Amino acid sequence: MKVIKSLKVAAVAIAASALSLSASAQDNTLLGAGSTFVYPLFSKIFAEYATKTNVKVNYQSIGSGGGILQLTNKTVDFGGSDAPLNADQAKKIGVPVLHIPMASGAVVVTYNVPGLTTGLNLNGSVLGDIYLGKITTWNDPKIAALNKGTKLPETPIVVIHRSDGSGTSFIFTDFLTKVNPDWAAKVGKASAVNWPAGLGGKGNEGVAGLVKQTPGAIGYNELAYAIQNKMAYADIANKTGKFITPTLESTTASSNVELPANAEVSLTNTDNPKGYPITSFTWALIYKEQKYSDRSADRAKQLLKLLWFNIHDGQKNCAPLNYAPLSKSALKVAEKILKSATYDGKPIL
Amino acid sequence: MDARIGIRNTKSMLFKGLIVFLAFLITIPLIIVLLYIIKQGVTQVNWHFLTHVPAPVGEAGGGISNALIGSFIMVIMSSIIAIPVGMFAGIYLSENPHTKLAYYSGLCVDILQGVPSIVVGIVVYFWIVKPLGTFSALSGSIALSIMMLPIVIRSTEQTLRLLPPSLKEAALSLGVPYHRVIMKVIVPCGFAGILSGIMLSVARIIGETAPLLFTAFGNPYLSTSITKPMESLPHLIFTYATSPYDEWHNLAWGASFILLMFVLVLNIFTKLITRKWNIQL
Amino acid sequence: MKNKRLDLSYTQMKWETVFRRILIFMSVILVLIVIGILITLIIESMPSIKSLGIGYLWGKVWDPVANIYGAYPFLIGTLLTSFIALILSIPFSYAVSIYLGEYNPKGWLSNLLKNSIELIAAVPSIIYGFWGLFVLVPVIRTFEAKIGVAPYGIGIFTASLVLAVMIIPYAASLGITLIRMVPSPLKEGAYALGATRFEVIRSVIMPYTRSGLFAGVLLSLGRALGETMAVTMLIGNTSTLAHTFKDLIFGPSNTMASVIANEFTEADHTVYLSALIELGLVLFFVTVIINLIGKRIITRFTNS
Repeated sequence: MKVIKSLKVAAVAIAASALSLSASAQDNTLLGAGSTFVYPLFSKIFAEYATKTNVKVNYQSIGSGGGILQLTNKTVDFGGSDAPLNADQAKKIGVPVLHIPMASGAVVVTYNVPGLTTGLNLNGSVLGDIYLGKITTWNDPKIAALNKGTKLPETPIVVIHRSDGSGTSFIFTDFLTKVNPDWAAKVGKASAVNWPAGLGGKGNEGVAGLVKQTPGAIGYNELAYAIQNKMAYADIANKTGKFITPTLESTTASSNVELPANAEVSLTNTDNPKGYPITSFTWALIYKEQKYSDRSADRAKQLLKLLWFNIHDGQKNCAPLNYAPLSKSALKVAEKILKSATYDGKPIL
Repeated sequence: MDARIGIRNTKSMLFKGLIVFLAFLITIPLIIVLLYIIKQGVTQVNWHFLTHVPAPVGEAGGGISNALIGSFIMVIMSSIIAIPVGMFAGIYLSENPHTKLAYYSGLCVDILQGVPSIVVGIVVYFWIVKPLGTFSALSGSIALSIMMLPIVIRSTEQTLRLLPPSLKEAALSLGVPYHRVIMKVIVPCGFAGILSGIMLSVARIIGETAPLLFTAFGNPYLSTSITKPMESLPHLIFTYATSPYDEWHNLAWGASFILLMFVLVLNIFTKLITRKWNIQL
Repeated sequence: MKNKRLDLSYTQMKWETVFRRILIFMSVILVLIVIGILITLIIESMPSIKSLGIGYLWGKVWDPVANIYGAYPFLIGTLLTSFIALILSIPFSYAVSIYLGEYNPKGWLSNLLKNSIELIAAVPSIIYGFWGLFVLVPVIRTFEAKIGVAPYGIGIFTASLVLAVMIIPYAASLGITLIRMVPSPLKEGAYALGATRFEVIRSVIMPYTRSGLFAGVLLSLGRALGETMAVTMLIGNTSTLAHTFKDLIFGPSNTMASVIANEFTEADHTVYLSALIELGLVLFFVTVIINLIGKRIITRFTNS
């Protein structure tokens, strides 16, 4: 009899879970995943959005590549990415995907050089050579040439990079690919590349922790994070040859460009003489046609409303966290893209 | 002759000394880890910590209630799935040790015991997450229940095998039908052993992170819906330990402390049961 | 009266069949789960098996950008971490087995030690990883700076150290049981011939339990190979192999399990994802085979 009883209990449990399954289809949680680069900003905006509208957004920072993959698998409502879809990814998804710019941010080169207090100047070709393993000590003549009057120690350089697929890596390697031909030929740009030198840390914490603790280390982090952790970061030469300190202003200067209609544009190695060269937009990715799987029109609308909030009211959170807010022209483009989203062929907003 | 005995005795003493030294030396890392986690974690834990969800970046405070409830729900669900399957399969194995099916399912238990938890995570991603189109607590629980199975099965099987056959024979000779003999006589007699197996398996899965990475995912909010992503203690520790923020590190230390306490209590409880019933697992 | 009893036994017989069927059904489910795991892994790794072939296993380059996938760095990383951990752990697990099996099998001290060892296995691996990252890594870094290797702190060596502690209980608890199973007439005979304790252990207990202790080591190894979280947090996650031996041991690396944990949710094209799953398949086979051999030896040992 006990058997029957436990079977009954199991049946009830299954029935209950099936019930909650149908009930929960209507709950107000949106699911996003992807870029770690934008995570601090998103977590702030979404917390605000939750108190305002009671719509909760669960955003997991699993890396841009992951965000795209999960969007492809339709396991999330939106993906976060610091890189537009590449041809391969676009082909795999097969249907149009909208890239909505959310903000832009800077990737800074962090370092830990004992005895160096006056700041450090680097340019793309030297940075590329360091990451290629061609420059191995801090007193290398090539580095010294950029830092006249600074006494550089003989310490070996410990190269540190991200171990996980990351938008931060994409932005960084995108820059190196543009400015260092050798890098372009040997490594290329992607969210996860075959690093020729150094060691990997998982996530920004991994990289930053290693840089902080390892004498002679060089790494790359997003600006907000380097500032919060009081890390030293280098001035990088932009196209005009000027060394630019990454700040909110220099990031904003780089991101102040005319966006193409689809907003897919790379900001690295900017033409703007005041712009910091390792800058990028970060995008939210959604399907253009929101009616897929068994999505309700309501859910699609909630998603669009959220992203609308992000590019308007949410933008005020950018500056305190050292992200550059969207410029007026970028905002126009973003609005237009959002309005092009459809449900069953009809516009949602 | 005397001298040789002396040397041999000294050698023996020295060897004993070495063995004792090594045997107790390995408790040192354990003690260091335990003390460190307790030291870092205990100051974090308070009522606020237990009843609030994590605060957004850069804000002080916040707690781990989402992970506590998530872990609790997922452990209960995995138990609901794994205990019936595990117990009945264990009963089958102990009752019919020589059938072909018993051979293969015994083999499968051994295989399951060796499967790395990350592999279970991958497989459940393809079984549940992809078809359902969303990460969910359900998929996490299924992954965890697969991790539970071998322990529940083995403990059931071994406990029941230890029971004297006369017990079953006596009951059967009284005309009690087979299923009642098993459920009313055999299982109650071996109850403590089975229970301790279940508790050990719960202690094991409550700290499992790898199978949850691609299944239950994570959720910064409190969620009780099993078809939605859900936070769990180990996953929260993993995300926040590798995050850039000190506030989040503190949350992770606190969560580690709670997780550790759970595991300790479960283990001690199991010890008490097995000692009382004198069971060897 | 008679009829009623017949009815009763009839329904009971029906229940008996149902019950037996449930037992069989649950065992079949178990077999299906394992077969399902295997089939899923094989199907999902098909694209990579097809496009990369068997050369995948010794391909030295793992480069998702160029779509080149070779598992060799991870095989080496996995084997190195596991074997270093194993070598570090063996003296300890043997010492514990001998101490608790032979010198001091009873009493509060022995109970305390035995429970502590079991506790080592009970602490979740994420906690070892977290602790290692914040406490052990800086220590190792100072140590590495002293011996003149690149002071990474994280890497194969650090991961192996933590892993060594984590796997001790698996070999030790089996070892204790086996050493206690050594028939006392054997030992008493040796003592009667004037053997010292050490000689009894060396010439009676060890030979008697050798295969069983080896099985325990295999179980530890199986555990080490598949360990994910602690290793992921401590190994450094680099897919290129270092060139010098010193850099290899103290430098960063990646294991099969850690690369899956790092890249599975990020693998954005078919072959990439499938290559990761193939790693899982390889890992599955290796750990399962090692475990089965271990179990076989134990079964043979305890039956004879």
